[in-house]
Amino acid sequence: MRTPVTQLYRRLYLIRRVEETIAAVYPTDKVKSPIHLSLGQEAVAVGVCSALRPKDVVFGSYRGHATYLAKGGNLKAMMAELYGKATGCTKGRGGSMHLADTGAGVMTTSAIVGSTIANAAGYAFGLRYRGSDAVVVSFFGDGATEEGVFSETLNWAALKRLPILFVCENNSYAIHTHVSRRQATPRLVERVRTYGIEASRIEDGDVLRIAAEADKSVHELRKGSGPRFLECATYRLREHVGPGEDWDLGYRSPEEALPWIQNDQLRRLGDMLEPRERADLETAADAEIVAALAYAEESPFPPASDLLDDVFA
Amino acid sequence: MIQERSLTQIEAIREALDQEMERDDRVLVVGLGVDDPKAILGSTRGLAERFGPDRVMDTPLSEDCMTGACIGMAMAGLRPVHVHIRVDFLMLAMNQIVNVAAKSMHMSGGQQPVPLVVRAIIGRSWGQGAQHSQALHSMFMHVPGLKVVAPSTPLDAKGALAYAIRDDNPVIFFEHRLLHGFKSVVPTGEVLRGPGRCRVLRTGSDLTLVGISYMVPECLRAAEWLAGMGIECDVLDPVWLSPLDVEGINVSVAKTGRLLVADNAWLECGASAEIVAAACEALGSTRRLTVGRVGFAATPCPTSPPLEAAFYANATSIAREAFRMVTGAPPGQDLDLEMPPEIREFRGPF
Repeated sequence: MRTPVTQLYRRLYLIRRVEETIAAVYPTDKVKSPIHLSLGQEAVAVGVCSALRPKDVVFGSYRGHATYLAKGGNLKAMMAELYGKATGCTKGRGGSMHLADTGAGVMTTSAIVGSTIANAAGYAFGLRYRGSDAVVVSFFGDGATEEGVFSETLNWAALKRLPILFVCENNSYAIHTHVSRRQATPRLVERVRTYGIEASRIEDGDVLRIAAEADKSVHELRKGSGPRFLECATYRLREHVGPGEDWDLGYRSPEEALPWIQNDQLRRLGDMLEPRERADLETAADAEIVAALAYAEESPFPPASDLLDDVFA
Repeated sequence: MIQERSLTQIEAIREALDQEMERDDRVLVVGLGVDDPKAILGSTRGLAERFGPDRVMDTPLSEDCMTGACIGMAMAGLRPVHVHIRVDFLMLAMNQIVNVAAKSMHMSGGQQPVPLVVRAIIGRSWGQGAQHSQALHSMFMHVPGLKVVAPSTPLDAKGALAYAIRDDNPVIFFEHRLLHGFKSVVPTGEVLRGPGRCRVLRTGSDLTLVGISYMVPECLRAAEWLAGMGIECDVLDPVWLSPLDVEGINVSVAKTGRLLVADNAWLECGASAEIVAAACEALGSTRRLTVGRVGFAATPCPTSPPLEAAFYANATSIAREAFRMVTGAPPGQDLDLEMPPEIREFRGPF
């Protein structure tokens, strides 16, 4: 199955504009939550999630806006969540770093790097145990691959041949520290293969290749292949946390970003569409964002009397 | 027909697992060695043969991953019981327990409850040493979103474990190695013992004695000696430490005016501090209270027998402190209660 360019472009465009909108609103202090924008990294979540069915599920990281939206998480509820409103996807409990929309298959995202990798594998076991043919995608960054839980989970998932696709969104930085200062070698997929897991790396952020590779992997997973691993190089265009750029910090250079800007998948796919179709699609997405922002603005805050709700089931 | 017979605590735990797995095929037992020949001191004996390897699952030595995986299974609708042969290994699972299991329900705005039970065995005797003897229940009592239970009797062990498995929240279930051999009457059928009411094991008007886990039988032995000295104690077992039956304990303290908590743990920031503080907050403005605590010495647990014996609170140290609290003076030098059989007769290596 080849995912239509239109469908990919719609998601890419929506996420890019949502992130830009959040960045624009941020100085008003209405977004009551730290934000780790997906700007520049959209193609990974969009490409991978295009291979999924509604009942498949994803687990992600604190940089989870793209994960959430690519899987079909409710945009209004996400915006309201960033505003700390009662109508937010987690009712003002989770904020940007803990987005969840279980109805859409967005299970959880975590501020503790790597911790959802194990949750995702357990969920995959649960799905198979219950006789489902749904699959799990675990999204994480390059920093997470340095956590012990990453290696532990690769081992267990391979041992149990679980229906899980591991996706490393490798943007080369853990906050401000480059991967070359953190990892003895960059040969991640080689390391993963030693667990008996088929692994591949996509170097250039090509959303069509990511979609095709994910589609192939998910197809294998549904046949019982055991886990698959996909490393996607990508690039974060904004600061680690917050709405702005951070070239002034000096830990990375604008030149480093240039190939990624020139290779922007949003522009590339946009140019592949008929201008009329593209304009209609963008107009619809813009309207959706305006409506979501208005929803967030107008929704009520949760009352203080709700403080102790949802501590226990 | 419900029949009653005596079971050891280990048999009671095994029976709870067996019955819950029979009742609900979403219940799994997960942990290193759950299907091995020693079967977690016998507590999982026969379960693998009966329910198969998917439901009685041996694991790699990966506490972080396996705790996270059990959480994921729970999110997917299963009800895993994750077994650790020693509490001390939970330190490798703290991120998943404290940052994920305890907070998932809250962070998801109610979308993601985590019906997980963590069975953790407290070691003691035969030189178990600093890393095989900790209890650490108070660490988990500190965290909202977790429930904590430490039963002392076979009946409560069976009932609390079955309850914990059916609870939709993460429950840390502490069992003490020395209590595993204790026997009591346990019904053959379903027993559910949730939080709410602490057990009153003995009544008296002079002092309230609260024991936690293995300190419960030691409190009962101390109370027996104290009775011989004319001092009568209420002896309470909270069973559930979180949520804690503060009111039940305070009913007794309001009567006696004296509260001594014996914990199978360190005192600093511990369950004993919590229980004493709760009594003082509720009763301190209306009644004069005398409070005391006994527990582990403030050192890691040593292995040499004389040092190990000095490290633990026991019936003698409980009785001595209780006597002092009631009479204002220490008992005679000759107070040295007999070492109980479960310690005297314990043989290793495990």
